[in-house]
Amino acid sequence: MLTFKQFWHRLGSPKWFYRMSRPWFVAFAVAAGVLLGVGLAWGLAFAPPDYQQGDSFRIIYVHVPAAFLAQSVYIVLGAAGVLLLVWRMKMADMVLETMVPFGLWITALALFTGAVWGRPTWGTWWEFDGRTTSTLVLLFLYFGLYALRQAIPRAETAGRACAVLAIVGTINIPIIKYSVEWWTTLHQGATFTLTEPPAMPPVMWAPLLVNVVGAYCLFAANLIAQLRNAVLRREGGAQWVRDAVAAEAA
Amino acid sequence: MFAAQFRREWLCVARARDEILNPLAFLFLGVLLFAMAFGGDDEALSAYAPGIVWVLVLLANLMSLEILFRRDFEDGTLEQFVLLARPPFVAVLAKVAVQWCVTGFAITALAPLAALMLSMPPEAVPMLMLCLLLGTPALSLLGAVGAALTVGVRKGGVLLALLVLPLYLPVLIFGVSATAAWAGGAAEWAQIYWLAGFTMLALTLSPFAVAAAVKISLEEC
Amino acid sequence: MNFESLQAFLAMGGHGPYVWTVYLTTVVLLAVNFAGFRRERRRTIRELRSLHAAAAAHPSPDK
Repeated sequence: MLTFKQFWHRLGSPKWFYRMSRPWFVAFAVAAGVLLGVGLAWGLAFAPPDYQQGDSFRIIYVHVPAAFLAQSVYIVLGAAGVLLLVWRMKMADMVLETMVPFGLWITALALFTGAVWGRPTWGTWWEFDGRTTSTLVLLFLYFGLYALRQAIPRAETAGRACAVLAIVGTINIPIIKYSVEWWTTLHQGATFTLTEPPAMPPVMWAPLLVNVVGAYCLFAANLIAQLRNAVLRREGGAQWVRDAVAAEAA
Repeated sequence: MFAAQFRREWLCVARARDEILNPLAFLFLGVLLFAMAFGGDDEALSAYAPGIVWVLVLLANLMSLEILFRRDFEDGTLEQFVLLARPPFVAVLAKVAVQWCVTGFAITALAPLAALMLSMPPEAVPMLMLCLLLGTPALSLLGAVGAALTVGVRKGGVLLALLVLPLYLPVLIFGVSATAAWAGGAAEWAQIYWLAGFTMLALTLSPFAVAAAVKISLEEC
Repeated sequence: MNFESLQAFLAMGGHGPYVWTVYLTTVVLLAVNFAGFRRERRRTIRELRSLHAAAAAHPSPDK
């Protein structure tokens, strides 16, 4: 049995990761497929409607997991930035490269579903309330990481530059969140508190929980799959990659 | 060490006078544009003056950031900073301090003029200056991180804006709300403490980020 | 099942367009994401194959 420290050191080795990670990917991908399939169907067809919002409330089952992921992915990017700058972990650079597009579309999905939910519930597609605004800022932070990597031709430099930006962004997220929320409570009072009842009954939050867990499994599956590809690309010249590619069915 | 670096930077900037004047000219050009856009409606202009001033200050600061490291990067001076054994963040701090003097501080000094052109109440002007004095160092410090990351990038201007402006948001929010509160006659100190706190945080953390970013950008060539 | 008829299910108590827009977008995005796993992997392997074939045809002097 591996100790955590051994596991951690081996995780830094692309070759070891590539050899070991295939079953991990399958496990997370299947879990994500099953959980999201069950959770979405449950939320769409079987959960009871909200007593105030009616059936538009079902959007919560997509919106909240997407919003959770949007933030978590950025924090993971910040952590990967630290790993890359302090320990020069190659794998961290790959995380930083491959997870930005994923974070970008998840954040866009969170904003989109929020807008569509806002229309029947609050009568407006878009309102600069606290959560919406900080999610929009998050979208720009993702886009900045994406644009910076595009602008710097040398991959290693681009990775380290993105690491600095991701760390600065992660430190700033709570400050931005706080300042935006402070600003909106000042300007709008409590008009936009979520209209969900203080204690959601289990029949309503159970599908939400399933979807949130499914969303994190989706993140893990994406992370592992993209890392496996990135490992192959970056170690393209090594003999073990040649063997692995040659062994792959055409 | 800090003083020597500061003096060197100061001389460089003083010899390139356009670099000082351009952002300031931009600030007043912006004031003119907003005044024209409001079409002589002094009341509306006055109501939005705090927001207009702060947005223009953010943008004026951004304009001067692009050249913060550019010249030293091109003539190789920046490489010397990194090679020197002493901690590079001191040199970085001196550079940012000079940049702040010619933008943040100069803007603060000229703010009364801009405020009066936007028909802000004169009583609010001292507090506007205090807010600018406390908030603009954070802009220079955070902006320097972006400037250091993009110094090697060809046509990095728009990229720099994309990277830096989201990080400016807390300064904008607290700056505008404090200024607006004082312009409306309310004595609000909370936002001013927040501005000061944010600047202190930026002052302690961002020099390290800038130094790291400079090093990374130098790898490129 | 919470709904009495297919009609009621599609109407979503009058919020049909909103709810269905969100769910369809999500399902499409998830499908694209899942299909992407296989597609990306195939593409990577194909690229590396041609790269390795090229390297075998013109061995570099340092190897």
